Amino acid sequence: MSAANKSIFSRLDAPTVLLYAALVAIGLTAVFSVEYRVTDPSIFMMSKSHMKQLTWFGISLFVGLLIIFTDSKFFSSFAYLSYTIGLFLLVITIFAGVDVKGSHSWLGVGSVRFQPGEVCKIFTSLAISKFLSSPETNFQTLRHRLIGVAIALTPAVLIILQKETGLALVYFCFFLVMYREGLPNTILIIGFSMIALTLATLLIDRWVLFGILTGLAIIIGYLIRRELRRNVLARVLLIGVWGFCMLFSQVLVPFSFKHVLQKHQVERIYTTLGQKMPEAYEKEGAKDSNKKGNVSDYNVLQSKIAIGSGGFWGKGFLNGTSTKNEFVPEQNTDFIFCAVGEQFGFAGSAVLIGIYVSLMLRLVYLAERQRSAFSRVYGYCVASILFFHFAINISMTIGLAPVIGITLPLLSYGGSSLLSFSILIFIMLRLDADRSVMIR
Amino acid sequence: MSNAANPRQIAIRLIFISMAAIMLLRLLFLQVFEDKYKIMANDIAIFRKVVYPPRGAILDRKGRPLLYNERVYDLMVTPNTVPKTLDTGLLCNTLGIDKATFQKLITRARVRSGSMRKGVFIEELSPEQSARVQENMYNFPGFEVSERFIRTYPNPYAALMLGYIGEVSPEMLKKEQYASYTQGDYTGMNGLERSYEDVLRGQRGVHFLERDNFNRPRDPYKGGSLDTPEIAGKNLELYLDEDLQAYAEKLMQNKLGSVVAIDPQTGGILTMVSAPSYDPNLLKGTERARNYSKLYRDATHPLLNRATQATYQPGSTMKPMTGLIALDVGAITPSFGYPCRGGYYACGKKITCLHSEAGHAANFRIALAHSCNSYFVHIFRLAVDAAKFGGVKKGVQKWHEYCSNFGFGRRTGIDIPFEGKGLLPDSNTYNRMYHGSWNSCTMLYVGMGQGEIALTPIQMANAMCIIANKGYYYTPHFVRAIGNNPKDPHLQPYLEKHVVSHIPDTTFNVIHAGMQDVVEHGTAMVAKLDGIEVCAKTGTVENKAAINGQAIKMQNHSVFVAFAPRQHPRIAIAVVVENAGFGATWAGTIASLLMEKYLTDSVRASRKPLEEKMYNANLISKYTYAIDSGQRARDAARRQRLMEQRATRDSLQRAEDSARAATFLKKYYLNKNNKR
Repeated sequence: MSAANKSIFSRLDAPTVLLYAALVAIGLTAVFSVEYRVTDPSIFMMSKSHMKQLTWFGISLFVGLLIIFTDSKFFSSFAYLSYTIGLFLLVITIFAGVDVKGSHSWLGVGSVRFQPGEVCKIFTSLAISKFLSSPETNFQTLRHRLIGVAIALTPAVLIILQKETGLALVYFCFFLVMYREGLPNTILIIGFSMIALTLATLLIDRWVLFGILTGLAIIIGYLIRRELRRNVLARVLLIGVWGFCMLFSQVLVPFSFKHVLQKHQVERIYTTLGQKMPEAYEKEGAKDSNKKGNVSDYNVLQSKIAIGSGGFWGKGFLNGTSTKNEFVPEQNTDFIFCAVGEQFGFAGSAVLIGIYVSLMLRLVYLAERQRSAFSRVYGYCVASILFFHFAINISMTIGLAPVIGITLPLLSYGGSSLLSFSILIFIMLRLDADRSVMIR
Repeated sequence: MSNAANPRQIAIRLIFISMAAIMLLRLLFLQVFEDKYKIMANDIAIFRKVVYPPRGAILDRKGRPLLYNERVYDLMVTPNTVPKTLDTGLLCNTLGIDKATFQKLITRARVRSGSMRKGVFIEELSPEQSARVQENMYNFPGFEVSERFIRTYPNPYAALMLGYIGEVSPEMLKKEQYASYTQGDYTGMNGLERSYEDVLRGQRGVHFLERDNFNRPRDPYKGGSLDTPEIAGKNLELYLDEDLQAYAEKLMQNKLGSVVAIDPQTGGILTMVSAPSYDPNLLKGTERARNYSKLYRDATHPLLNRATQATYQPGSTMKPMTGLIALDVGAITPSFGYPCRGGYYACGKKITCLHSEAGHAANFRIALAHSCNSYFVHIFRLAVDAAKFGGVKKGVQKWHEYCSNFGFGRRTGIDIPFEGKGLLPDSNTYNRMYHGSWNSCTMLYVGMGQGEIALTPIQMANAMCIIANKGYYYTPHFVRAIGNNPKDPHLQPYLEKHVVSHIPDTTFNVIHAGMQDVVEHGTAMVAKLDGIEVCAKTGTVENKAAINGQAIKMQNHSVFVAFAPRQHPRIAIAVVVENAGFGATWAGTIASLLMEKYLTDSVRASRKPLEEKMYNANLISKYTYAIDSGQRARDAARRQRLMEQRATRDSLQRAEDSARAATFLKKYYLNKNNKR
């Protein structure tokens, strides 16, 4: 244990720290460039977002320092308690939340507002790590798998109740972690099939899809007819899968689109697919919002224009005409990537994506070198959350995914987001500093 | 469980990397391969602001402004930046409007340019309004005073010559010369404003500004490096003398007619009047809509530039020309005399001469001084019948050539638009009129400036220049220099000396002597000036007009042409006063006063009564209104007829078309049915 004797700072993983610092720096630059005006008297104006973000960065560093000086065992012992507190906060939010831009997911304490859903990602990560690493857990059993899924998805359900579907979606990232820890391979196959089925449901006409699926089932049945004759399970499976597909495409999706999802969400999904929303999903009393035209269409188009106009080398720092002049809505939070894409072009975007992927791969590398299962699982949690945010956020700005209001980690303007990602990463750094210690 | 070979951690890493790869691929298409987003970005985010430079001013020969840009102030408002706490009462008091008007105006601004953008609240604040508002501006957040320029005429002179500007019409925009204009631009519509449009207009600048999602312009795009600066329009300096112009317009008040005075040495126009005139300020800016039709309908036709567009028979002022031709072709010598006894009978009908005493046409000089009709009709006949041409038809062609060289029957090329051509007959004209059977008797009136000849006053004045200069002229023009440059390419056509004939100076000297005698002891003694040799010729032109369908003989036009001094002439002038009477009485007096004013800078006290007489005379014929309404009624009837014809043609065409269509359909269905 010679490493343990060294100063705690020298035991922190330098590449991770550097990548983290790089992302925060890029974020500050991007936020600055979006709000910069030639007429600004000084760049140090506290009313400007980049100065607020800088303040939040200071707070994040302070909290990070506290984490570094905390005993690494504290996190595992604190895990379930924090998770319980997190769930409690989420429940409170449902009743006492403040409405911000149509979502009910914020808690206000005095003038400070924060999103429990954002912070709860940390607690859920800790709880899942604790659960999966405990010696009593045998993740090969269905019971324990279900408990794992429940830990991951309970906050998601509570967040959906707060009408913040985007954030809830992030909790699905824990499947990636559980997959690493032994969830069967079929889960990935089922996952991708489900995505394909969903897309097919949205893109293909209901009755045509019925025909295609039934036809597919008959062809498969014909090809494996001998198997079917011999094996009851095969018959059950085939009919079961067909039945599920029918249920999903004919009943579940239309039902959830009509009654579960908000109109704007349905609209966004269709916008991303380049389709017009079928009139069947128009909601009563919501028709007047149609007058302004398709809002999410506008957002994505403006975002694409901003990024697309960047070209290979970009327009240069502070020359982004689209982002600077407020064409892209939410441009320093959800659409901050536009600022990078417009000003620094394909080259800059590629570097940024490279930094993200490096950070995620580094986190996976850190996870894999841990002695204790807790730290490993936690490492995967951090990497997966980062990945989901990164993948969904950038995809939506370039029109690959529907517009879901989730932030680009460490770049987007906003205290909650920056602080929670900093905490996630600093805890991992702290755990990694003690990687040779067993943490239970 | 943790070992490096775990395939699942590799799978997870692959998921990360493949997601990044998909994104990069998408970005590559979005940013590198497609340029539609770049174009869209420029379209929406860059505001192309056209900056209009100030239009050039027009100055007289002494640098006094005749037409310049006046600064006017508009009160602008950005409705959504007006606070609820605005002291509306104070603003209303300051502007002198009531609250209802205030609401109306602010709503209008909101409707016209939206709540976010600046719109006009009050156009063209009065001087008091603008002074009071600017003093209190800090009380009115959301409001702002913006200045702009309108064309204004400091003194009400030379309206038709200066012209005015107006918005380009859709029809004009289709023409090539207006390619650089857009809807809403202003352009010179008439006069110098029109002919020197290129120069006065300057060059518009284009500034590129970034704009935001509310279309509000913000910072200069790329630091203004792509901007084109605007270039101010150049000033025009004229030969026109404002004092002389004012004097001429005053002399011509309450008369119909025109004055053209040219400096023969340069072709520069010293003054040009078309009477009646009007105050050009009536047609500037927003005033035009109110006044144009009134001027257009006026029976005296103030919008017609009589100096360049109206044509008159020159009458006796043609006689120097007739003499010049006769002398030059060798038909007569200066000592040629004609025994006139008060009439010319050689062609069977009598042509009256005002003089009947013996010897009033004893030689050319005396005949010209007395303006003997018989003499000039006779020498005209001698000239066109001259043996060396071999026949009257060839003679008339030669005569036509002489006159054409002197600028008759064609546009002089003066630098204001819509010039008239006048009328100059040649053999073909008479062949058409008389089916080929005519001789010099048929057309002898032309020799004394009546009959089938008509000149514009500018042609008369220009002919005077040629005679004064003994055979050359410069195209008459207003502009002496463009932006201090007298050699501007636009002025090139006016710097060229036109030598019209090779008539020897001795011939001109004979004419000059005769014309000087006209003043010294002939018909135009009123035009005599102390110490200055004035050469002149009066004209009294018989004319008829259609009144109630009948050709009525009207009071004669009073016409006068002159130049002075005889040696080194400085001014050549032509004056026409319609239906006024004897040439010397009205046109002669006016021309003489103007020449005196120009050559000596003042008018002798002894001539003040004459001046008064001119000022006070009202010579607008009482028939003017009858003639005008008759003319307009005939025009209206013709238009009506044309429209009816067109309507008939249209309905016939339509009937024919539908018949054809019916036949076609019938055939088509028949074929179809047969095929089945």
